[in-house]
Amino acid sequence: MADIKDTTAGLGASQPASTEPRVDEKGRSVVDDVNRSLYDFTKSEEGYERYADGLTPEIVRAISAKKSEPEWMLEMRLKALETYHEMEMPANWGPSIDGLDLNNISTFVSPKAKQARDWNDVPDDIKDTFERLGIPQAERESLAGVGAQYDSEIVYHNMREEVAKYGVVYTTIEDALLDPEWEPVVREYFGTLIPMLDHKFAALHYAVWSGGSFVYVPKGVTVEYPLQSYFRLNAQGAGQFEHTLIIVDEGADLHFIEGCSAPKYYDANLHAGAVELFVKDGARLRYSTIENWSKNMFNLNTKRARVASDARMEWVSGSFGSHVSYLYPTTILKGDRSTCDFTGITFAGATQDLDTGCKVVLSGADTTASVETKSISKDGGLNTFRSSIVVGRHAERARATVSCQSLMLDDISRSDTIPAMDVRCATAQVGHEATIGRISDDTILYLMSRGCSEAEARSMVVNGFANPVSKELPLEYAVEMNNLIKLEMEGAIG
Amino acid sequence: MSQLLSITGLSAGTEDKPILHDIDLTIGAGETHVLMGPNGAGKSTLGHVIMGDPAYQVTSGTIAFDGQDLTEKGADKRSLAGIFLSYQAPVEVPGVPLYSFLRTICQMRPELKTTARKFRQRVAEVSEQLEIDDSFLTRELNVGFSGGEKKKIEMLQLLLLRPKLAILDETDSGLDVDALSVVSRAVEAYRADCDGALLMITHNTRILERLTVDETHVMVHGNLVESGPASLIDEIDEHGFGRFEGALGEKSEA
Repeated sequence: MADIKDTTAGLGASQPASTEPRVDEKGRSVVDDVNRSLYDFTKSEEGYERYADGLTPEIVRAISAKKSEPEWMLEMRLKALETYHEMEMPANWGPSIDGLDLNNISTFVSPKAKQARDWNDVPDDIKDTFERLGIPQAERESLAGVGAQYDSEIVYHNMREEVAKYGVVYTTIEDALLDPEWEPVVREYFGTLIPMLDHKFAALHYAVWSGGSFVYVPKGVTVEYPLQSYFRLNAQGAGQFEHTLIIVDEGADLHFIEGCSAPKYYDANLHAGAVELFVKDGARLRYSTIENWSKNMFNLNTKRARVASDARMEWVSGSFGSHVSYLYPTTILKGDRSTCDFTGITFAGATQDLDTGCKVVLSGADTTASVETKSISKDGGLNTFRSSIVVGRHAERARATVSCQSLMLDDISRSDTIPAMDVRCATAQVGHEATIGRISDDTILYLMSRGCSEAEARSMVVNGFANPVSKELPLEYAVEMNNLIKLEMEGAIG
Repeated sequence: MSQLLSITGLSAGTEDKPILHDIDLTIGAGETHVLMGPNGAGKSTLGHVIMGDPAYQVTSGTIAFDGQDLTEKGADKRSLAGIFLSYQAPVEVPGVPLYSFLRTICQMRPELKTTARKFRQRVAEVSEQLEIDDSFLTRELNVGFSGGEKKKIEMLQLLLLRPKLAILDETDSGLDVDALSVVSRAVEAYRADCDGALLMITHNTRILERLTVDETHVMVHGNLVESGPASLIDEIDEHGFGRFEGALGEKSEA
């Protein structure tokens, strides 16, 4: 078996970070001209077609070569790159992405822009957050993508060994592609649920994807504890364009936790990941995420699940941080009697415009979907919740309920709910309810008259509001989510 | 006896409406006072103003408690200083489990800080005393509780927080016989265990039967028109507030 160090297939992960990081007047990393070799294509005008954003087929080829990918993957990348250049920017139907620096995409994919390499490069607000969350220094550095991350790799390694006993495969897509046993499986599934034509950023994703997870759970196997991508994402310094592919075979059961709850900081400001989940007959997959990006991030993430007969898909999704988010995990209830449970929470503070939601396509008979979301807005934060329920012609007796509760903490914040329903089957039942509220003065008085300061009272109410979501999370994530809310609330009171 | 609460020349109201006029009221440590008066007289407002409800503005006068001037202080500071108000309609706080709420509000007071185990025992003890089922402790604070249950939860907090002054704003109103007896037991326990002072705002003289009342105050149209011994209660019981409303007429004419 390959040494764990060698499996870090993230771009340039094996390159020593020997140069001092520098920043330009805009605070972006300056990529060193002298030490660049492999990715330094934009400099050469000759023989290469230059695109406005500097992203060339040669860069894509280089990424592919670096990973020693099979030919089909390279072809897919090149086709995606073409598609990316051909596709228009999506119409502005949600938050503006004007601030997104597409000219920098070639630097985003270069290894040097991946993560801060020096603790001094990490922005102060993030350092503060770590400090106040009580995360030890070593872990802070690892969470911010700084340091050796040795511990994380050990944990990841142990986790892999442990589940391997049951025939569970938990590895990177890159490694799966190099394995003759799994390459055909990746080939069969990769990019089939989220096609590159989906939108411009999906095309971009397929052109430059790097890192992420491949998980296969064999028939009938129940994985006893959650697999966490947290460790791996950090270990590789990946996470910008990561691809997650999970296949839970018939009757199997898996809980997968994506991301981490501490702020991830990258120089670059675009995250365009893709998550493809396949839940086979009678299987169950629970997919939990707490995303807490730094507040310069455009989070344009695409997640999709296909659920077979009698299978169950559960989403728990927390969106904190980021400047702009477009995030609507989609579930396709293909098989009869399949179910989807979606629990989500979004917290938008100052300068944040978060467009989140959930889409469920009920196409099998007797399918059920339950969507429960919460949104919190404060300090001028904007929250838009979109839900889309599509009931197909053959989805006899399908049932779907959508509930969206919004809490606004002041008069300058905003919260919108945009439900969409497309029901094409007469026996289906679809319900939607939305409430928007504020914290009442009476509640604050009540809690204060029992000794809580105003800030404590507000954060108690907000945590209570978020509680139905926290309850769905593993304990350590629930604790961190509550801490995050507390930090945001303290910030609000000053 | 040393004065625990001294209200001097207090006038207060909402932005557009004065409600309380020139109130003087003193309560000594461990004393039991009763505040009576017709509906809309401003009794609850006085309770809320003592607690520091920002819905009311104090336009003149002072509120001193245990040697501190609290007139400008927030409700949280007043609570920590030892004032407790039991609300007529306690609010529901979704998602906040009752037990962890109780733990939080007790742990923030140095004098009540204790180990998780001792606290659990104490809560179990008081819950039993108040006939509160264990299952309530894991439920969300007041959410879906009946009126009587909410009042019991108020009493549970009272006995755990051990304030120096408890203001009970019609805690006894709208209760069935059983709940009423639990509430009066709680009040007795508070008097006995904490030696705390009480300001009972009530229409109902039943709850007072088992208490030794030190002083009775009558409020009419936002004025404290008379203070006197416990026997005033019987008089009001018999004749109503007519005489006091007349007295106010004389007072304002004077």
